Parts: sequence; C-alpha cells; structure tokens
Amino acid sequence: MSVITIERKVLEKNDTLAAQNRELFSGHRLFVVNMVSSPGSGKTSLLERTIEHLGSKKRLAVIEGDVQTDYDAQRLARYHIPVVQIVTNGGCHLEANLVKNALTNFDLKSVDLLIIENVGNLVCPANYDLGETMKVVLMSTTEGDDKPLKYPAMFRNSGALVINKVDLLPYVNCHLEDLKQNALQINPSLKIFETSCTTRAGISQWCDWLAQKVPVHP
Amino acid sequence: MHELSIAQNILEIVQQSLPPEPAPPVKCVRLKIGEMAGVVTDSLEFCFSVLISDTTMGGAKLEIESVPVMANCKTCGNDFRVEDYVFACPSCSSSDLEVLSGRELQVVEVELADEKVEVA
Repeated sequence: MSVITIERKVLEKNDTLAAQNRELFSGHRLFVVNMVSSPGSGKTSLLERTIEHLGSKKRLAVIEGDVQTDYDAQRLARYHIPVVQIVTNGGCHLEANLVKNALTNFDLKSVDLLIIENVGNLVCPANYDLGETMKVVLMSTTEGDDKPLKYPAMFRNSGALVINKVDLLPYVNCHLEDLKQNALQINPSLKIFETSCTTRAGISQWCDWLAQKVPVHP
Repeated sequence: MHELSIAQNILEIVQQSLPPEPAPPVKCVRLKIGEMAGVVTDSLEFCFSVLISDTTMGGAKLEIESVPVMANCKTCGNDFRVEDYVFACPSCSSSDLEVLSGRELQVVEVELADEKVEVA
C-alpha cells in the first residue's frame, strides 16, 4: 500500500487570489463589504438606500453578483456610480477570480467603499473569501428568527447583521429579540442593525456606521 | 451546490500530486472537513464520483474525516468542543474565544491501489 501525503487546502487557489485582491484593496485604502443573504432579503434595496444616503459623502462602487440577468445592475444605473455585473451562469456563489477580473473595470483610486453583492445564498458564499474587509449578512424578518441557527457559518464569519423588513414585524412570525439572541449566540461580536428599505427606518444608523469604517483619504 | 466546484478543486490537487504518466490507480482520497465548513459530504462524494468516472482515477473513493468545532476560552484558558453553535465557554460563560478548528477543507493524502500483476 503506498500513500502520497498532500496536506493542501482545497480552496487554496481561491484563497491565494483573495489575498491578492485584499492587498490591492488595502493599497488603495478601500473598505470592501461582501454582502451575503438569501434571495429576496433586500440586498439590492439596501444598496439603493445606502447609495442614496452615502453617495454624496463617500465614493461608492458596486459589484453585482447574480446567477442570471443584469436586472440588479440596471436598477443601480440611475445612481451614476461605477457598477460591474458578474453573471455566474448557474454558479451559486462568487469566487475571488471573478472579483479580480471585475476589478479591472474600476478606477480604484477613485473609490472609497466597494460593496460586493454576492449571489443570494447563505451556504456556499461562506467558503469563498473574496478579499473583502468584512462580510455583512443581511436577513429579512419574513425569513424567521431561527435563520442564524440554520446557517451558523455565515453568521459566525460576518462582522455585521442587517435585519431588514422590520416594518413587516407585526405581520410575520418572527421575534426580533429571539433572532438577535440566536445570532449573538453564534457570534457575540456581531454588530446588529434593524432596517426597513421601504420606510427607511434604521438606514441612517447603518450608513453612519458604514461611513465611519471607511478610511479617510488624506 | 458549491460541492461540484469543491470536487473539481480536489481532483485538480490530487492530479498535481500524482507521479507523471502513467498515473497509478487511486484507491482513495482522504480529506479533512470541518463541521462548520458548510460542505454536504453526500453531495461532495456524488460530484467527485461523477467527475472522475472518465479519468484514470475512476472508482476512487473519498474518505472524509469530520473535524469538530473546537475553541479556546481566552478568559479561563479552557479548551472545549462547541456544541450546537453556542460560542460561549461552558465553564466560565465567556464569549471571548479563539476558534481552533471546524472550518477545515483539506486534502490530506491519497492511497494508491496495489497493482497485482496476475500471471496467466
């Protein structure tokens, strides 16, 4: 019986490219958010509210990840900020090489804050480092308060949680305190925001926090 | 379904590690997968078997060692297994922890099949 020792990380290729992205980002003093959620939690709506709130204060750019269509990029076109669409053609997550290729379309010297909207999926994107400064996980009240317990890796690896659609709380079976407790049990240092992209509740708190994360350029 | 992409990465790593042509038959590939790596092992095994079916590795099995989520408490120094994703020390309740394991996704080794030459 002969055995060949390998001892290599399965995703080493992705991790190497992610490290290159991270170096590029830090060289340009960019704050990069990898935004993850289930489909339909409101990632693009949160982006719209964020651009409306922060667009005049910070230089924003967006990478849109979708399985099919460029509908989301079209939605953001009216804000006249740099947006690049990645269509994964069935792929359930973004990988570092896709982001690396997308970056060639930006003038990174003119960007302070890059938000990468990942494909709607709470499982697969947890494994793929893109080189981001921070993962932000978004979920909506309609998804139920047990979501963090079902997808612990994503909540453990994120720096912030945005609970969206709080305006629907009276109509859905979701207990906000239970939800927060479930999330904090997995990640006690998670920064939590409660928002509604419809009523704009909580948007300024989220944006103010995000803005103070962005390095001030000399 | 990122298991297909993970299976492709595993296949690539194994092929790079095998001696040059003719590649020896592979009996099994041993992996370490953390409980919090977010990988469905049944699905990974299926994807891997499909990928290798037309290669010289056809028939090779995956042997997966599951790695528990372990943490070290920075307050009292206790090492413990994280159960049900409760990230708090069972002895002092502190949540100031360093996670030691549980996110592994590693190709450990391959075992080659013994080639027995039957003489007719």
